Amino acid sequence: MPRSVRYREMDWLLLACVLLIAALGIAEIYSTTLTSPRFTGMHLRQLVWMGIGLALLFILARVDYHTWLDQAAWLYLAVLAGLVGVLLFGKELFGARRWIEVGGITFQVSEVVKLVIIIVLARYFSEVRAAQLSLADLAKVGLLAGVPMALIAAQPDLGTALTLVPIVATGVFLAGLRWKHAAILLVAGLLILPVGWHLLRPYQRERLVTFMNPGQNPKGPGYQILQSKIAVGSGGFWGKGTGKGSQNQLGFIPVRHAEFVMAAYGEEQGFAGVLLAMLLYLALLLRLVHNAETAPDRAGAFLVAGIASLLLFHLLVNVGMVVGLMPVTGIPLPLMSYGGSATVSTWLALGLVMSVRMRRFVNL
Amino acid sequence: MELIFGYERKLPIERLAWLRVAAIAVTLLLLGGFWRLQIARSEYFSLLAERNRIRTTPIMAPRGLILDREGRVLVDNYPAFSVILVREYVPDTKAAREAIARGLQLDPTWLAERLEEYKEAPPFQPIVLKDEAALSDIAFIEAHQDDYPGLELLLLYRRRYPPGGLGAHLFGYVGEASKEEVAAGRSELGDIVGKKGVERHYNRILLGVNGERRALVDSQGREVRGPEYKPEYKPPVAGRPLRLTIDYDVQLAAERALEGRKGAIVALNPQTGDVLALASRPAFDPNLFAGRIPPEEWQRLMNDPDKPLLNRVIQAQLAPGSTFKIVTAAAALEEGLFEKPFTVQCNGSAVHYGRLFRCWIPEGHGRVGLHEAIVRSCDVFFYEVGKWLGIERLGAYARQFGLGRPTGIDLPGEEGGLIPSPEWKLRARKEPWIPSETVSVAIGQGPIMVTPLQLAHAIGGIAMGGRFVRPHLVLEPGNGTPEKATTQAPLKETSLLELTNGMWGVVNEGGTGAAARLPELDVAGKTGTAQLVGLDKLDQVKGQRAYTDNAWFVGLAPRRNPEIVVAVLLEHGEHGASAAPLARAVLQAYFEKKRRGAPLQLAGSHAATGGTP
Repeated sequence: MPRSVRYREMDWLLLACVLLIAALGIAEIYSTTLTSPRFTGMHLRQLVWMGIGLALLFILARVDYHTWLDQAAWLYLAVLAGLVGVLLFGKELFGARRWIEVGGITFQVSEVVKLVIIIVLARYFSEVRAAQLSLADLAKVGLLAGVPMALIAAQPDLGTALTLVPIVATGVFLAGLRWKHAAILLVAGLLILPVGWHLLRPYQRERLVTFMNPGQNPKGPGYQILQSKIAVGSGGFWGKGTGKGSQNQLGFIPVRHAEFVMAAYGEEQGFAGVLLAMLLYLALLLRLVHNAETAPDRAGAFLVAGIASLLLFHLLVNVGMVVGLMPVTGIPLPLMSYGGSATVSTWLALGLVMSVRMRRFVNL
Repeated sequence: MELIFGYERKLPIERLAWLRVAAIAVTLLLLGGFWRLQIARSEYFSLLAERNRIRTTPIMAPRGLILDREGRVLVDNYPAFSVILVREYVPDTKAAREAIARGLQLDPTWLAERLEEYKEAPPFQPIVLKDEAALSDIAFIEAHQDDYPGLELLLLYRRRYPPGGLGAHLFGYVGEASKEEVAAGRSELGDIVGKKGVERHYNRILLGVNGERRALVDSQGREVRGPEYKPEYKPPVAGRPLRLTIDYDVQLAAERALEGRKGAIVALNPQTGDVLALASRPAFDPNLFAGRIPPEEWQRLMNDPDKPLLNRVIQAQLAPGSTFKIVTAAAALEEGLFEKPFTVQCNGSAVHYGRLFRCWIPEGHGRVGLHEAIVRSCDVFFYEVGKWLGIERLGAYARQFGLGRPTGIDLPGEEGGLIPSPEWKLRARKEPWIPSETVSVAIGQGPIMVTPLQLAHAIGGIAMGGRFVRPHLVLEPGNGTPEKATTQAPLKETSLLELTNGMWGVVNEGGTGAAARLPELDVAGKTGTAQLVGLDKLDQVKGQRAYTDNAWFVGLAPRRNPEIVVAVLLEHGEHGASAAPLARAVLQAYFEKKRRGAPLQLAGSHAATGGTP
């Protein structure tokens, strides 16, 4: 191991932010389990996943990220196979096939897909030798991301499928996009919208309609958003205190340990707690951008920037939903929401970042 | 132009900087979202959170009791379980509606209408689905507590009125507040309020303040149980009791006298204005109205040609017939017609203004003076008197005696009647007053209408020497009771003597009211017979004899400073003489009780008590 590639070269500030956010998440998950026997012990399981994630981070940090870039093609084919497998043999839960069982552990393949797409695109963009992407480049990138997107959307999991869009968009923007091409993409996107609406499932349309016009179905998405807003709003500045939020403890917040964990957190910790969490997320994102800037090569920069944009998008869509600015989707809040696949894949992504970070002084 | 170093070229820093900008922008946007909820509208959302977690169930307050003047309970309450629905905790689906309608044996369309009615109301507001839950309803609710936690049993108090419609028009009834009452802000949706009679007029006294039970519930509507979650109670405040001026013994006598007939009886104490009895028949059973009356029953009552819902004491506006001769006589006495000897020769009819006016006895009364004319109720005599007075003077006296306008009794819906005048005729009929009409009005016929209460009030006041006390139903003053408003229209001592002696003669000198005689008592009175047809239909049925006459009798005792005056109306009673025995029954009950010095009836019992004091 070269001298410069040591653990002390890791971004400890970044890791501190991540650990603090994860701690806030586990504390809030613990609080949501207090009155519901169904949830007992969930915080402990989340703690275990965090531990696994932390271990994987340290392992991944040591592995040169070029290893993954070199294997991009195989990784890509592997996740495509996995997604097809999910569609064919996946476990159906809540009307969607999103989980696959491997050796007694169920996990969401789509969570891994995000990471692989980041790697594949980083590889592709780093090999583009022009200052700006050509139309052919755009078409290839679109195809690379489009196939897994379509497979995820077919599960159906439109929310997760859409998380690939900011990854692609960020990559394209960083790699250099002509104004003309940007305009073409915009027009194409607008033309696809009505077709897309047609392809949406009824519940997905309902969510969108509810977002535009809430309060139609008292127990549907409008109800969920309302209960979330009531929880957050009633928290006030200082919050009601851990374990004391009535919206949380009496079960008014939907999936309060996972997608809506921020609503429970906002109710019990108040605006003060929210401010702390949001500043930690901001610090995390700014550290990621910094790491992208100091990356030793284009590929590393694309890798870190892709991960940053992925986390930023999750933050926007999930917290935006909790405060009523975004429609209801199943997108979790990275590092805080309960869930094995999402937690582990987030830590894996951060492991990749560390790998890039530790090699910033290496002359490749 | 950037230099191209190929594969190893680093990314342009300024493009990455945009990612930094995006991160800050998103953070600020989200913090703005939190600020909007947690700082700007925190109180609003706290209220919603509170409403979410606390389920408030009303604890109904019993209405105040209605007592008679001696404190005997006339109207009380009994506890019953109602089935209520809190929509917040029941999924509003077709299946749920159908299941509930089936389980509670409700008409599904009725249930749908009921829910529609409450569409605008907040979902936590309970809706009463059934007034008295049957055992099967209770079983259904208990069995489906988890499916429909919003279906509950609620203890409330239902009104119990005397059976057989006794005092139905007096007490009125209660019912759910109407949309108009809710819109006017007087009551809440679902409140039980007084709809008619005393229940309505004194609703504010009788109405209690409902209490509340506040319990913690989870998002499924299930109550959270545990030592740290004790439901909070706000006890209800019962409505205040209302003590009426009604004397149950007198009321019972009046009700019994009217049994099986169509008419009204009202008994007043003209010295105080206390209403001792107020009865109207046919009646309805207010117990039917205590909750939601079935629509068919309501239709039947509304369409009944005998008009059982009409409170004839204050709402029957009829020609007073010969009872009005007391008013005509009083006016002429005051105006000095009888200061010189004045007699009229009655040959059974007389011609005035080219029209033939008959006396009620075809063979005539011969030559009569005032006393004889009152006792024998001679029409021909009073035609002359009326003609001499003219409609202006006659009308002015009648109005002074309180006729032609509501007495102001503490009951809703009192009618005013009509004392005509030339101006009224021009206004209402667009025709000038015809002098011959004055001749009719003088004997209480033609365009003149009074209510039984007005008549009792007027004749009682005349016998008091021109002192008219506004009738009222509540014994204890205060609480919105009308003040004992007294109108003075003093009569000369000579007039008073003539009038009271005349009325005494009607009963005790073999006059038309002999049937009201009580030998040991100083009973006076006046009979009356008048057409049933109301003024508005008078023109259409002119000449038809198909409409039987109404019988009136106003009796009082003793003849000077009477302590009781009774007005009796018997529809289709043929002649005033047939109403007199009814008045006697009421007077008898009143005085017998006074003689004994003890109530005739026990509280709450409708059977006569024994003779031992």
